[in-house]
Amino acid sequence: METVNITPAEKTAAVPAVRKKRKWTADHWLAAAFLAPSVILIFLFVYGFIAWTGYVSLSNWNSLVPDWSFAGLKNYLYLFHDFRFQADLRNTLVFTVLFIAAVIVLGQLLAILLDQKLRGESLFRNIFFFPMALSFVVTGVVWQWLFNPSTGVNLFLKPLGLDSKWYTDTTILGGFHWGKIEFGIPVAIIAVVVAAVWQMTGFAVAMYLAGLRAIPDEVREAARMDGATEFQLYWKIILPLLRPITVSVIIIMAHISLKIFDLIYAMTGPGANFVTDVPGVYMFETTFRGNYYANGAAIAIVMLLSVAIFIVPYLISSRKGGS
Amino acid sequence: MARSVWARPFLYLLALAMSVFFLLPVYVMIATSLKPLDEVTLADMWKLPSTIDWSSYATAFDKLAPNFWNSILLVVPATLLSALLGALNGYVLSKWKFKGADTLFTLILFGMFIPYQSILIPLIQFLREIGLYNTIPGLVFVHVVYGIPITTLMFRNFYAAIPDEMIESAKIDGAGFVRIFRYIMLPLSITGFVVVAIWQFTNIWNEFLFAVTITTSDKQPIMVALQNLSGSQIVQWNVQMAGALLAALPTLLVYIFLGKYFVRGLLAGSVKG
Repeated sequence: METVNITPAEKTAAVPAVRKKRKWTADHWLAAAFLAPSVILIFLFVYGFIAWTGYVSLSNWNSLVPDWSFAGLKNYLYLFHDFRFQADLRNTLVFTVLFIAAVIVLGQLLAILLDQKLRGESLFRNIFFFPMALSFVVTGVVWQWLFNPSTGVNLFLKPLGLDSKWYTDTTILGGFHWGKIEFGIPVAIIAVVVAAVWQMTGFAVAMYLAGLRAIPDEVREAARMDGATEFQLYWKIILPLLRPITVSVIIIMAHISLKIFDLIYAMTGPGANFVTDVPGVYMFETTFRGNYYANGAAIAIVMLLSVAIFIVPYLISSRKGGS
Repeated sequence: MARSVWARPFLYLLALAMSVFFLLPVYVMIATSLKPLDEVTLADMWKLPSTIDWSSYATAFDKLAPNFWNSILLVVPATLLSALLGALNGYVLSKWKFKGADTLFTLILFGMFIPYQSILIPLIQFLREIGLYNTIPGLVFVHVVYGIPITTLMFRNFYAAIPDEMIESAKIDGAGFVRIFRYIMLPLSITGFVVVAIWQFTNIWNEFLFAVTITTSDKQPIMVALQNLSGSQIVQWNVQMAGALLAALPTLLVYIFLGKYFVRGLLAGSVKG
């Protein structure tokens, strides 16, 4: 995909001699001039605005009128002692783990299934992929109805003795006290996870499928010659080969899940006892409905840091690796 | 490829079962949207409508049409501008590399992963200052700026596949930065533009956070209006489902007709450059 990245070892070798012959011509200035507006925009609107948000999060601006006086870490301390934010952290963790696990398992399963040369393969593929073309808002609206406790999937599940209250359920599974909240798996989150998995699994399937197609047939043939069963072939050989793709899937799904807002806002909102609340929803409501700008900024910075933990190492390693 | 006798039917059964999971919401959406209101009861949710009633589409269309139009006014210029910007950036960052170009690229790329909540407060202040708050051009601007990382990534990867020798020989023939772009890169970029445009079109059409915070009432794009439908006193589920289908239609159509390019965009944006 990519032109060769120069590793430090090569830099000292023959490459510079070739490189240096190239003069910095007027065309290079022109190239830089074409790139400059984008670079300036990104530095201002991404890095500059992040710094600005960071500054707001350290200020006393918690009303309609900006108050730039310095508050130190007051807003952060408030958040981490706040029932709602503690619930958000629990929900985000539970949502992220369940969501990523389900997307990976289902993604691999469906990709392998599509790789079996079934008749109607492209039809199946399109059925698994199309939800990606939809908005999280549409998904939220539809699944809100499907998981309506008095109807929806419950009409099928009731005869089986199951009667979940889904996203209106305030039960926390495996709960124990942690700070101000009960830590555990909120039942209500499961409904949101199902909707998110429905929408995003296609993404993982597409990536795994590309990975499967890149594995040469000789690998499979050699394994079969050695007497491996189909199950062994996939479990011992193919899946390990797909591991780098799993890393990419985890990174992409993690950053989607850590900043999720629209799906939950459209489907359930914060929920009773904040069982389906997430930082994205809290930030939106407290900032733009409640005018607690400094608190909202602090939530945003916490969100950014949680995403950065995944993304920064990923970006640095993909640059070094030359992918 | 599985060889035992029972394996193939099992695989088909699995594929069918999964298809049911993926299509169920669509069935409910379409069935509900075609029902008259008195049939939209909780107990009858899974049943087909007894007669086909288009009135929920008429109602949904009445309510959503202005916002649908807003979304068109937003998505067309935003897609075109960000694709063009991405093509230029990708060209520079792949064929006119300078010292530090890769670092700069990584710094640009970071912008596509950030939660937009972390720039939203200053962004709105800024848009108010320059008078673009609550305007479609304001939203276009926002999507162009925050679309730079992904479009740059896609075009950079796309252009990396064009051999450097072509550029070198064009230079020897006396072609410069602009001519090479115009006569070599652009003609080879049709697929790139299709992929990037479809990706941006889908994302901008479906976007919600910027839309809901930067615009109010009559300037709101379709997704905000759809969300507002459920905020009204009594939720009319048939209208709601018809509205969801109308809102989803453009991106669904793009997917149905150009799905191949959509998936290519997905892979180009996720498999690291």
